[in-house]
Amino acid sequence: MKQSPSYTLYHPKWFRKRVSTWWWAEQWRSFKFILRELSSVAVIYFVALLLWLLWSLGRGPDWYQEFQAWMKEPLVMAFNLIAFLFVLYHSITWFNLAPKAMPIRLGGKRLPEWMVAAPNYAAWIVISAVIAWLILGGN
Amino acid sequence: MSKRSNEPFLWSLFSAGGMIAALMVPVLLFLFCLAIPLGWVEAPSYSSLLKLAQHPLARLALFAICSLSLFHGAHRFRFTLYDGLQIKHLNELIAIFCYGGAVFGTALAGYILWDI
Repeated sequence: MKQSPSYTLYHPKWFRKRVSTWWWAEQWRSFKFILRELSSVAVIYFVALLLWLLWSLGRGPDWYQEFQAWMKEPLVMAFNLIAFLFVLYHSITWFNLAPKAMPIRLGGKRLPEWMVAAPNYAAWIVISAVIAWLILGGN
Repeated sequence: MSKRSNEPFLWSLFSAGGMIAALMVPVLLFLFCLAIPLGWVEAPSYSSLLKLAQHPLARLALFAICSLSLFHGAHRFRFTLYDGLQIKHLNELIAIFCYGGAVFGTALAGYILWDI
C-alpha cells in the first residue's frame, strides 16, 4: 500500500491540527460510523464460529454435540447476542447505503431512497427464509 | 510515475463480502447461536446437517461466505484502526496483518470444506 505522493521541492510544511484519538466519540454521527466499522469484528467472529461448526461436523457427532453445548454457555450466548446486534446493524446500514452509492433516476427524477433499498430487504428476507428452511427442514 | 494501486481490487472484495455478509450472516448467526441453543427451534440432527454441508453447492456457498466475509471484515477493520485509532504510521503492517489473516482464513475454510 505504498502511497506515492508527488513531492514538490521546498514545499512548506502543512499545518495540521492534531486530532484526538477519541474524535469519533464526540459526535453521535461519528460514533455510529465507528460502530458500523466495528461490525467487521462481529463478521470475522462469526466466520470463526462457522468454521468451528463445519470442522466439528467433519470430525463426528461428539464434536457437533460439544459445539452445541458451547453455544449454550451463558457467557458465549451473551457474546453472540452482541455479535448478532452488530451483524444486524451491518446489514441495515449496508442495504441503506445502496441508494446513496448508486442513485437511480427515472424520467429525470431521482427515485426515492426507500425504493432503491427495498429490493435489498426483499432479497434479505427471501435468502434468510431459504437458509432457515434448508437448515431446519432436513430433520 | 505513480504505482498501480491494488486498492480497487481490495475494494471489490470488500463490497462483495459486505453484500454476502449482510444477506446471509444474520440468519446463520441467529439460528446457530440464539434460536437453536435457546430451544426456540429444534436443532438439526448431525446427519442431516452433515449431508447439507457436504452438498457441492453448499460447500461452494459456504466457502464464498467465509472467504468474502473475511476480506470484507479485514478491509473494514484495517480502516477502523487507520481512521479510528489513527495508527497511520503502521499502515503497511496493519494491511499485511488484516489481509494476511483473510488469506489464512480462506485457506482454512477451503481445507475444512474440502475435508468435511
